Amino acid sequence: MTIEAIIFYFFATILVAAAVCVVTVRNPVHAALFLVLSFFTASGIWMLLRAEFLAIALVLVYVGAVMVLFLFVVMMLDINLDRLRVGFWSYLPLGATIGILIALEMGLVIMAPRSGFGTMPAPVEPGAGYSNTGELGRVLYTDYLYPFELAAVVLLVAMIAAIALTLRKRKDTKYQKPSEQIKINKRDRVRLVSMPVEKKES
Amino acid sequence: MDLIYSLPQLALQLSKDFFGVDLGTYIYILLKTLVLIGCIVGGLQGSVAYLTLWERKLIGWMQIRMGPNRVGPLGLLQPIADGVKLLLKELIVPSGANKGLFVLAPVLSVAPAFAAWAVIPFSPEVVLADINAGLLYLTAMTSLGVYGVIVAGWASNSKYAFLGAMRSAAQIVAYEIAMGFALVVVLMVSGSLNLSEIVNAQGRGQFADIGLTFLSWNWLPLAPMVLVYFISGIAETNRAPFDVVEGESEIVAGHMVEYSGMGFAMFMLAEYASMWMIAMLTVLMFFGGWQAPVNWAVLAWVPSIVWLLGKVFCVVSMFLWIRASFPRYRYDQIMRLGWKVFIPVTLVWLVFIGVWMQTPWNIWT
Repeated sequence: MTIEAIIFYFFATILVAAAVCVVTVRNPVHAALFLVLSFFTASGIWMLLRAEFLAIALVLVYVGAVMVLFLFVVMMLDINLDRLRVGFWSYLPLGATIGILIALEMGLVIMAPRSGFGTMPAPVEPGAGYSNTGELGRVLYTDYLYPFELAAVVLLVAMIAAIALTLRKRKDTKYQKPSEQIKINKRDRVRLVSMPVEKKES
Repeated sequence: MDLIYSLPQLALQLSKDFFGVDLGTYIYILLKTLVLIGCIVGGLQGSVAYLTLWERKLIGWMQIRMGPNRVGPLGLLQPIADGVKLLLKELIVPSGANKGLFVLAPVLSVAPAFAAWAVIPFSPEVVLADINAGLLYLTAMTSLGVYGVIVAGWASNSKYAFLGAMRSAAQIVAYEIAMGFALVVVLMVSGSLNLSEIVNAQGRGQFADIGLTFLSWNWLPLAPMVLVYFISGIAETNRAPFDVVEGESEIVAGHMVEYSGMGFAMFMLAEYASMWMIAMLTVLMFFGGWQAPVNWAVLAWVPSIVWLLGKVFCVVSMFLWIRASFPRYRYDQIMRLGWKVFIPVTLVWLVFIGVWMQTPWNIWT
């Protein structure tokens, strides 16, 4: 067994174990943290395939940003674990059917002779100085420029739509205008009143 | 000096003679990496310990006090006394806490803070992992530091710790974006993700040719980015004036409130290691790394590591200066600064530099 194979099986075992834990542990925060672990290990496997850009981007985007917000929400929820387990048996047939269907479809795709997964040749060994990041950038910005830009525009539209959906004026919140706050002058706020001293009535 | 540079060659030769060519090379690389890791981790822990002393001394002088001066000459043994004290203290786990995660949280916060140092070039020759995606790796590692804080806040089962963790998560995610954009601008003008390349690219230009290297560094054309990056760095490391995460007047010590002894010390270790990290990155990205500010023959004898560490020390002292000078930001103002000021500024500068690079006046060819 080569050293690569040992590293692969090490990562793969952790990945599968963590992925199983995501769906089996009872505490949702633990489940989210196991998901973080499986992302991290998947990134290790991608690194093994010399796809360093995708591997680091997975850590950066999914572990560093998405899962943080996910944990943020999960920790805030007051989840009643007993109530969650009510109705498990009534949902089981539907869930199991969908699960089996997905497994079957994936099996068909992989096993089918026309998919070519069995006969796919091993990738050529890249020479020294090969940079996956550079190659990816070259392909994205030359061969696939229009599809890439199109995807970016679609994302932008989705982002603007998401902001537009939440944009509403609330009458009960008091907004601050920092520009006005720093422009304020002493004369506008303080009124000096000169009051003559009053004599005490004797 | 020549002896130091010939040492690795000598070691490689010895190892080849002893174990044979193939195995010898492997063993040499393994040993060299281990020695480098030891040097970096040991050096970092030492600098973290003495940064705490320097912080107390400097802020003391700024406030016309003496600072620590009892343990050892000039108080120089204070960090060691603090370390021993923290080591000997009992680690108390609150009864309602989630025990496993409570113990794991300090580890989660220290590990990325140290792992990020793997790609830092200390001089043209000395770098542990000279990888092409160095900048990307650094952003990924710094974005992982938030897990220690969140997990600590949740596992403590205390509302103060939890509030601190929630504040931290929102703050770090917000400032990470501005920081990322600032680094994208640096990446654009250097044309590389490799940190050594980024430093070398700053040594080229019209000013560098006439000996004034410091005018060719990135800080001049990217001046707004330096400010954004440095201030976001303060916010990322939860330092004053952005330390609402552990604002002691409101939520005592934020996510660390339930920790004692070494657990607490680990969070401190991570915080100060990240401070060194941000200072190091500011120097590498914007202030020419190990390059001398002027290319004069008088200064040629100064080793490059002196320039690098000198600059990093100045930037780290800025952190302390800022802590001594400014009152704590209010929480909504922090969010406003991050989302509504820094991100637009970086986006505008990104477009500006992009357009500049397409004109005939492009200085980064």
